[in-house]
Amino acid sequence: MSRKALVAATVLLAVPASADTPESLMRGYAEQARTTSASYAGPSPAAGRRLFHQQPRDWSCATCHTNQPVATGRHAITGKTIAPLSPVANPERFRDAAKVEKWFKRNCTDTLGRLCTSAEKADLISFLLSAQGGT
Amino acid sequence: MRTRSGICRIDCIVWSLAAVFLAHAAVAAVPPNQAIEPDAYAEECGACHTAYPARLLRPADWAVVLATLDRHFGVDASLDATALAAVARQLDVDPAVASAATTKATPRITQQGWFREEHDEVSAQQFRSPAVRSAANCNACHAGADRGQFDEHSVRIPR
Ligand code: HEC
Ligand code: HEC
Ligand code: HEC
Repeated sequence: MSRKALVAATVLLAVPASADTPESLMRGYAEQARTTSASYAGPSPAAGRRLFHQQPRDWSCATCHTNQPVATGRHAITGKTIAPLSPVANPERFRDAAKVEKWFKRNCTDTLGRLCTSAEKADLISFLLSAQGGT
Repeated sequence: MRTRSGICRIDCIVWSLAAVFLAHAAVAAVPPNQAIEPDAYAEECGACHTAYPARLLRPADWAVVLATLDRHFGVDASLDATALAAVARQLDVDPAVASAATTKATPRITQQGWFREEHDEVSAQQFRSPAVRSAANCNACHAGADRGQFDEHSVRIPR
C-alpha cells in the first residue's frame, strides 16, 4: 500500500501540466471516429502509411517529413529543416493537442486539399508510432 | 487490518509531496522580471522558415502579411484570434488591422530594395541551389538568422 502511495506521488511529480501523449491523442481521435461510425475498427498503421505517401497534388506528407519520418525533414518551399515527425525519434511530437490540431488542419489542407478525418488522424499517429517509427 | 492512522500516513505522504511540488512549481514558474507570455512570434512564425526579425519590414507591411495568412505564399498559415493578436503586438501591428480583409499582395523581405543591394553579389543560382532552395531561407547562409544576426562575419554560402 505504501508502495502504491509512492508510485502515486512519483507520477504526480513527473507529469507536466499538459499531459497529452501520442497515445492519448491517438485514442482521442479513435473515440471521435467511433462516435461517427459504429463499424470503425480502430487505428490502422497501414492506412496511416498509405495516407502519408498519398500525393493528390504537389506534395505528400513525405515531401517535407521525408520517406522516413524518424529522419530530419525539410520544408518543400523554404528549405528550413524540420525536426523528425515520428515520436519514436522525437519525444516532443504529439504532446499538445492544440498544436497537433493546428498542423493537421494546415498540412492536410495544403497536401490533400481537404481536412483529415478523426479516423485518418488516428491512423497517421499509429503509423508514426509503429515499431520503425513510420518507415 | 489497517488502522485509520495508517491510511492517513499514506495520504499525508502524497499530499505533502504534492504540496511541496506545487509550491515549488509556483515559485519556479513565475521568476521575477521575466516575460510570462511565451514568444508567440517565434513559435508561430518560425516553424516554416526563419523567424524574420521585425525590423526587416515596416509595420504597415507586417499588417498585410498578417491579414493574408490564409493565402500565405501558397500555404495556409492562418492563426486563431488569440495567437494572431499576440503576434500582431510583437510586430507593432494593431490586432484589428491584422485581422481585417485586404486584397493586397503579401509583401516580401527579399523584394525590398535594401535586400537586393546587400545581396548583389549573390547569384540567382546560389539562392536556388539545393542547399539553399530559396532566398527566404536566411538560415542557410546566415547561421544567426533566428537570433536576428546577419553580420558579414557569420555569412557562409553553402555549396
Ligand atoms: C510543405 C511542408 C509540409 C508538408 C507537405 C507537411 N508538413 Fe507537417 N509540418 C510541417 C512544418 C513546417 C511543421 C511545423 C514545424 C515543426 O513542428 O517542426 C509541421 C508539423 C506537423 C505536425 C505537428 C506535430 C507536433 O506535435 O509537433 C503534424 C502532426 C504534421 N506536421 C503532420 C503532417 C501530415 C499528416 C502531413 C501530410 C498530410 C504533413 N504534415 C505534410 C511541414 C509540412
Ligand atoms: C505553414 C508554413 C508557414 C507559416 C506557419 C508561416 N509562413 Fe511565412 N512563408 C511560408 C512560405 C512557404 C513562404 C514563401 C517562402 C519562399 O518563397 O521561399 C513564406 C514567406 C514569408 C515571408 C516572405 C519571405 C520573403 O521572401 O521575403 C514573410 C515576410 C513571412 N513568410 C512571414 C510570416 C509570418 C509573419 C508568419 C507568422 C504569422 C509566417 N510567415 C508563418 C510559410 C509559412
Ligand atoms: C545564399 C546565401 C544567402 C541567403 C539565403 C541570404 N543571405 Fe543575406 N547575405 C548573404 C551574403 C553573401 C551577404 C553579404 C555579406 C557581405 O557583406 O559580405 C549577405 C548580407 C546580408 C545583410 C547585410 C549584413 C551586413 O551586416 O552587412 C543582411 C541584413 C542580410 N544579408 C539579411 C538576409 C535575410 C533577412 C535573408 C533571408 C530573408 C538573407 N539575408 C538570405 C547571403 C545570403
